[in-house]
Amino acid sequence: MLRMQDISKIYRTDLIETHALRDFSLRVGQGEFVAVSGPSGSGKTTFLTIAGLLENFDTGTYELDGRDVSRLTDDGRSRIRNEKIGFIFQGFNLIPDLDLFDNVDVPLRYRRMKADERRKRIESALDLVGLASRMKHLPSQLSGGQQQRVAIARAIAGDPALILADEPTGNLDSLMARQIMDLLEKINDMGTTIVLVTHDPELARRAQRNIHIVDGLVIDSPPYEARESQRAARAGTSPD
Amino acid sequence: MLGYYLRLAIKSFRRTPGLTALMVAAIGFGIAACIVTLTVYHTMSGNPIWWKNNVLYAVTMDSWDPNHAYDPSHPQRAPDMLTYRDATYLYGSDIPERKTLMAFLLGSLSGAPGQTRPLPVMTRATTAGFFHMFDVPFEYGGPWAAAADRGPEPVIVLGRKENDRLFGGADSVGRTILWNNLRFRIVGVLSHWNPQPRFYDLTASGGGAFAKPENAFVPFRWGPTLARWPMGTMSCWGSAPVHTYRELLGSNCVWITMWVQLPTAARRERFLNFMNAYWAEQRKAGRFQRPRNNHLWKVSQWLRIHHLVTTGSRLLLKLAFAFLAVCLINTVGVLLAKFLRGASIAGIRRALGASRRQIFAQHLLEVAILSLAGSVLGLALGALGLRGVHAMYAHTINAYGAVAHFDPIGVLWALALAALSTLLAGLYPAWRIGQVSPATHLKSQ
Repeated sequence: MLRMQDISKIYRTDLIETHALRDFSLRVGQGEFVAVSGPSGSGKTTFLTIAGLLENFDTGTYELDGRDVSRLTDDGRSRIRNEKIGFIFQGFNLIPDLDLFDNVDVPLRYRRMKADERRKRIESALDLVGLASRMKHLPSQLSGGQQQRVAIARAIAGDPALILADEPTGNLDSLMARQIMDLLEKINDMGTTIVLVTHDPELARRAQRNIHIVDGLVIDSPPYEARESQRAARAGTSPD
Repeated sequence: MLGYYLRLAIKSFRRTPGLTALMVAAIGFGIAACIVTLTVYHTMSGNPIWWKNNVLYAVTMDSWDPNHAYDPSHPQRAPDMLTYRDATYLYGSDIPERKTLMAFLLGSLSGAPGQTRPLPVMTRATTAGFFHMFDVPFEYGGPWAAAADRGPEPVIVLGRKENDRLFGGADSVGRTILWNNLRFRIVGVLSHWNPQPRFYDLTASGGGAFAKPENAFVPFRWGPTLARWPMGTMSCWGSAPVHTYRELLGSNCVWITMWVQLPTAARRERFLNFMNAYWAEQRKAGRFQRPRNNHLWKVSQWLRIHHLVTTGSRLLLKLAFAFLAVCLINTVGVLLAKFLRGASIAGIRRALGASRRQIFAQHLLEVAILSLAGSVLGLALGALGLRGVHAMYAHTINAYGAVAHFDPIGVLWALALAALSTLLAGLYPAWRIGQVSPATHLKSQ
């Protein structure tokens, strides 16, 4: 699903250069639930923005869903973001003056989907997160946990191949956090690949695989191939 | 997507009603200022018979005092009018395709059915060529025949307003009426005709450049025949007495306006040669002692030398555009601030798949709606402004009062120009918001 090879990203100012990622390599398989953790400033968010095609990188290659997306135009990156990636942010990032229906509608609008199809998808996504009855509410009328559920509905409405979640429970209490993790696991069970960035070891443990980043380097990750072999052995098939 | 962008724009306006009103008002006032000044400017600088600009010519010859220029502030200019002697000689030429002489007389109309009191009318004594040359439209009938000029025959053309007053607007052609107590046959009634500026007579005594055309027209020769003194501008020089009409006809006084229609450059050249030959002959006889200054003026030149586009109106126009520019710069500033305040939302949209072009289009539509709303407001304020200018000058002979009407072409120009410039001014804020980097704004959440 996601294959990064020797990715480097340097932020430059007039005075300093900051190496956010150095020779960063990572593979995430189809349907995996991967947690990426690391201390503050380790490069987790940079990894996520590059994985989500929100930012360019300096060197290396990146394949997403079998396609090289390393050197796409801005329009091309927008299209891939719209069709293949769903985002969940720590701050929810809902649009305050749009109701829940219209918030979930945003990515579908840019896909130029027909109205009927959009309505079906929005209702189904809001139903999945348990908010179908509050479609016409504004985000400000919801609790933090509910707002994050709307953000999840927005992420899954377009049926993306990959969901990138950046500290999705960071602004929530533990009960809400558990509910959100339950929801993400449910979505993963439906076949969607999830990459979760978190600094919370509790949450990371609920992922199938844990990757640890320090100073822009992957320092602790069970190799994708080894894990796939284990899975294949359990299932009685060969990897890939 | 247009419907979607429209919904977003309306939400955006609702989110910031104060700012929206401020921007619409700024655009509206800028456009209104442009509409008022452009309309005045357009009318004042407009050539009301532009389609004949290259064939109609005002005729001037410098028959003035050899020791003093006719107009000391423009010593190179000949008098605008001709003496009777010169006008009638030049009128005798068959080089022009058409030609006309004219003077301004005061008259009165009486004898219409049910009329109790004589009606004073401004009368233009002219020739049949006047109507043909200036494409004067007729409601009923038409110009008198050229033969009527020679008689002169007692024929008259009435203005529409006079015909409405005397005959209730009915076709009065063939009926008779008393003009200065002489019986005249009505041969034509004008339909609406109000060339602005009134290019064929720009003299102040005729009401000024922006006066309306006269209410009655009679053959030119009725003036000399009845020895009716012209009421328009008349300038004389020298010490010879001008007490009688006979003395006027032989005097150095200039009081007759002459226009000719010369369809080709060759004819124009021939007529100018004809004028020059006459000038040389008269000079030998002791007249025309000033340097030769015979001229044929196109309508546009005629309007220009009479300064109908004044420095004042040009300055006003520049000020109006400067005002619009200030309004637009303010609007751009407010738009920029408003759009950039919403940059995080644009960042979210970009993250969710909107392309730069889509963000640009969404915001450009918002600008277009503002521009449209500002234009509508500007149109209304412009109409009020023109009405105000008209009211202020209505009781004076100042040109502004006469031209401050809602001229559709001038208004369309002003509106298109202002709306387009607003849209262009909005391009930058819309482009800037389109350049928002999604990562920057999402990281800062």
